[in-house]
Amino acid sequence: MYLLEPREKPSRVMKWLSPVIALSAMLVVSSLLFLMLGLDPARALYIFFVEPLTSLYNLSELTIKASPLILIALGLAIGFRAKLFNIGAEGQLTIGAIFGGGIAILFHDHTGWWILPLMVVMGAIGGAFWGLIPAFLKTHFNAEETLTTLMMNYVALFVLLYLVNGPWRDPDGMNFPQSVMFNESATLPFVIEGTRVNASIFITFLALVIFWIFIKKSMSAYKLEVSGQAPMAAKYAGFSSKKAVWLSLGLSGFMAGIAGLCEVAGPIGQLNPNISPGYGYAAIIVAYLGRLNPIGIVLSGFLMALLYLGGEMAQMELQLSVAITGIFQGLLLFFLLASDVLIEKRYRFAKKKLKPRMSETDPTVA
Amino acid sequence: MSIEVTAILAGTIAAATPLVFAGLGELVAERTGVINLGVEGMMLVGAIAGFAFAAQYEASVASALLVGALAGMLMSLIFAFFTLSLSTNQSACGLALTIFGIGISAFIGQNYVSTALPGLQNLNIPVLSDIPLIGPILFQQNYVVYLSILAFIFVWWVLAKTHLGLLLKAVGEAPESAHAMGYNVLGIRYCAVLFGGAMAGIGGAFLSTVYTPMWIENMVAGRGWIAIALVVFAAWKPARLMLGAYLFGGVTILQFHAQTLGLSIPNELLSALPYVATIVVLVVISRDKKLLKLNFPASLGKTFTP
Amino acid sequence: MNTPNSHITKIMHREPQQASTRLELINICKSYNLLRANDQIHLKVHAGQIHAILGENGAGKSTLMKIIYGATKADEGQILWNGKEVKIDSPSTARKLGIGMVYQHFSLFETLTVAENIQLGLDEKIDIKTLNEKIIAVSEQYGLPVDPRREVYSLSVGERQRVEIIRCLLQSPSLIILDEPTSVLTPQAVQQLFKTLKLLASQGVSILYISHKLHEIKELCDEATILRNGKVTGHVSPEENSTSDLARLMIGRELPMYIHDEYLGEKQVLFKVSSLNQPTDDPFGVALENISLNLKAGEIFGIAGISGNGQAELLSLISGEKITTNGSIYLEGQNVGKISAGARRDLGLGFVPEERLGRGAVPNMTLSENALLTAFRQSLTKFGLINFEKTKLFAEKCIEKFSVKASGAQAEARSLSGGNLQKFIVGREILQQPKVLIISQPTWGVDVGASMFIRQTLIDLSRQGVAILVISEELEELFEISDYICVLAAGKLSEPMQTRSTNAEQIGLLMSGITSVAHTVDLAHSQQVQA
Repeated sequence: MYLLEPREKPSRVMKWLSPVIALSAMLVVSSLLFLMLGLDPARALYIFFVEPLTSLYNLSELTIKASPLILIALGLAIGFRAKLFNIGAEGQLTIGAIFGGGIAILFHDHTGWWILPLMVVMGAIGGAFWGLIPAFLKTHFNAEETLTTLMMNYVALFVLLYLVNGPWRDPDGMNFPQSVMFNESATLPFVIEGTRVNASIFITFLALVIFWIFIKKSMSAYKLEVSGQAPMAAKYAGFSSKKAVWLSLGLSGFMAGIAGLCEVAGPIGQLNPNISPGYGYAAIIVAYLGRLNPIGIVLSGFLMALLYLGGEMAQMELQLSVAITGIFQGLLLFFLLASDVLIEKRYRFAKKKLKPRMSETDPTVA
Repeated sequence: MSIEVTAILAGTIAAATPLVFAGLGELVAERTGVINLGVEGMMLVGAIAGFAFAAQYEASVASALLVGALAGMLMSLIFAFFTLSLSTNQSACGLALTIFGIGISAFIGQNYVSTALPGLQNLNIPVLSDIPLIGPILFQQNYVVYLSILAFIFVWWVLAKTHLGLLLKAVGEAPESAHAMGYNVLGIRYCAVLFGGAMAGIGGAFLSTVYTPMWIENMVAGRGWIAIALVVFAAWKPARLMLGAYLFGGVTILQFHAQTLGLSIPNELLSALPYVATIVVLVVISRDKKLLKLNFPASLGKTFTP
Repeated sequence: MNTPNSHITKIMHREPQQASTRLELINICKSYNLLRANDQIHLKVHAGQIHAILGENGAGKSTLMKIIYGATKADEGQILWNGKEVKIDSPSTARKLGIGMVYQHFSLFETLTVAENIQLGLDEKIDIKTLNEKIIAVSEQYGLPVDPRREVYSLSVGERQRVEIIRCLLQSPSLIILDEPTSVLTPQAVQQLFKTLKLLASQGVSILYISHKLHEIKELCDEATILRNGKVTGHVSPEENSTSDLARLMIGRELPMYIHDEYLGEKQVLFKVSSLNQPTDDPFGVALENISLNLKAGEIFGIAGISGNGQAELLSLISGEKITTNGSIYLEGQNVGKISAGARRDLGLGFVPEERLGRGAVPNMTLSENALLTAFRQSLTKFGLINFEKTKLFAEKCIEKFSVKASGAQAEARSLSGGNLQKFIVGREILQQPKVLIISQPTWGVDVGASMFIRQTLIDLSRQGVAILVISEELEELFEISDYICVLAAGKLSEPMQTRSTNAEQIGLLMSGITSVAHTVDLAHSQQVQA
């Protein structure tokens, strides 16, 4: 039943080849899926993966989607290095959007250069706050972050629903669950003529640079890495596991909150129930696919954006439900995880029966 | 007022049923050391599979449940293959399964959004259902609810009283030792995971063909995740799981009766109640280190290489 | 260096005329990649014979046993069982032949009872009630008292070993392999084990006794096969050879002698623990009671005791991995009980843990990166950013000064042998010039050469004025290097004694004397043995 055997040394080649393999496998399976649906796979793949790259406008749309994905993924990557499984980015971006959007709604009748920066700051605070709650639960009550962060996503959603259906509903909005449209001072300015690309890309770029320095050179990042790889060693070295939890969850909440704010202050322009097509979850895949490092995250951010955009195009031209994007995302993650294993192990061709190992454990391994 | 209480309690039992199925399934899988975070995805796939089959072939609930179970098993087979035969990280794989399950169920379900199914008649167990107060609550449920009770008894008995149950516990604690003894650890884990998938599928199919006999995208609404949390709360003991499931059933039902109970909390915030309750429950159980340490399957989540 | 096979010494005491050959290994070879773990091994074990396999860590004993027990397969060679060739391709095949194995590190399930554990390991189906009776019968017959209804986590290490042996005996083996059985026993319990083994041998059971403890082998075994570097260096009768003969065959040179210079400085107390009490909320843990000790400059203080008596708890409180409010810990007069491990290091406390990979070092990181783990405080960072050049220099210095065999500072920790990694970790702590060094199981799984190096390094270090605490399961080690010795048993510490004024017997008594009520069974037996 077991198909693998260990390699003598981890394969460097596979580390960068595995995302390629995963992508290829996903393409093969998706072609089969299209065939089963009675579509021409070549055409479907073209609409999905190539057409979004064919015009400048499409590329700009790609960028609008990639930017929040990259931003959130950067924050998540820090926590994943420490093996802290934060799946609460969706909720963190929602609360960030709420906090920041709330400023826009509060000062709806005002103008001024200070509104937007304040919104960004509040978005960051909101997201960080939402991430720090599970951090507190973990450090003080030992509650695993996987389930608590996930539950927070649902709570955040309901808070948003409550607000846009209730106190923050636009009185002139014909009873739709949405807030007022943000005014000009509360909206991110466009930076490229004729496109919807806005100033959030500068924020993302700045985050990228800071992240690079942090990961490569900082002692904090080293401590997180040790916590993830060998928690007993981190304890031995005196690296506070509590600090690691606060830092990872707080930082990813911070980034996700800003990303959420940028969405509502950008392409969406208001608060409504649909501020994110699952960016918080997709960003997890982006972080993994990007090998938790800056260049990889940028590339996979664009790839994931491609999946989103392709899904929208497929809906328009092939009448396919946008849910198909979710199928691809799931498949991609599966194949990525599987091909990642090939870094440390390889497929066992000779089906010799594996001997049971002695249960002897090396006393020198913790 | 007593009619209200009766309705709440009866509703609690029905509401708890999907959690019972999914929770028992996940409990068995986790006993052998495998954590499957894909329960939400498996339940959704079971839900749409059961629903589509019932709608397409005008089939009975029983066959819909069976189809749901098979669909859940198929999903869990994918998960088992990746995590057991290919050593991938269990948590990440489970998340992938959920994302995949949400997508595929929504995709298939788009054709069934406005379809309605007949649902299921509640049983009326003679004599017992005439008992005042508890009669209507306990003995006028639909048969799937009683099926869930049977499932509980079965799982409890196997785990506590049989050699297989001992083996499951041993594999979960120290797969290397079990392997050295000559037991097929992967085979046992495969079976446990498939059982979990089948149960999740039944839970989902129950939701879509009995509880609210219609299909809405994402209708499982996080129950899969709550089921996973319940397994932790249960400290991997079936009886405690039932307790947790019924508590949660109650919390879920509460939101529909809040107005009549005089609570003036906005609807959306009431909807958040089960999720907040889950967090509270997780916090409470995580503080009891002794209980956890004695019952926690020590190899949970760790990859085993034979 | 290696003794060629042509020099195999065959000093047989007397060949029992009637005793048949139960197990014979002919020309067994096994390699792991480039390492010849077993090289042309010949072995003959007779019925009713207690046969020792003697060798140091890394000599190939474990591999050979795995082959005999079916956990792995030899590349070349034959195995004969009662004169007929057999293929042992799995432990269950071995069991069916009648070979039983008692592992060094037990494979018991902690949350299950003794009977449930044994039930899982049996090939035939027996119900628990019958099994309970059988277990009690066997345990009484062979002097291995154990309660079949108790959960394993509540058993002492000695009791767990008994469970392993009983499990083995219930399958009526004709050959039992025991892998380093006495590393977890007090000297008195060792005597009891020897009685059991001699009884079994008299009933015709063959016993393969794996060990590196020379005096035990001399006392117990009829014949010894000695392994070094994967080859057999001798088949001898332990009775007719001195321990130094055996040692020479085992390690190729004389037993190590350590140089103990005199410490000329002032023996001030650098580290003090006073009335430390620490209850435990871990069902598998041990509570500490009223622990007090003083570590002085220029002295090595040894704590003897078998793992599981509170060592892990005590160490985590001393190192700072766990903080305490129930007692005082002083470093150079300053109360450090509540401050973290990192802060204690800043004040001059060095610590080498018993686990290398995963605790003392991160396996997948390079030696350079592992140097950072504790030595970053040696100005290897600035404004929170790492200075990679300085870190590399530190690692290289450590490699050079402590004779670490590695391909360089970029070598991954897991690619080093146990001994070399241990030298690196010890070196890393020493290079930070600690005032007090705490070291746990300094030579676990470490080859002879590195062991000698580390022990001499510790002695030299103490003579430079550092106070050293050594916690070790190896009594010989403590007798070789420590100035003072005491025993940690069931969470309590005995009165420290000058090492040269005590002996293994006394220490052994202390190990079993200060036991809690739960272990009175051990005590009763040790008293019996004493009488």
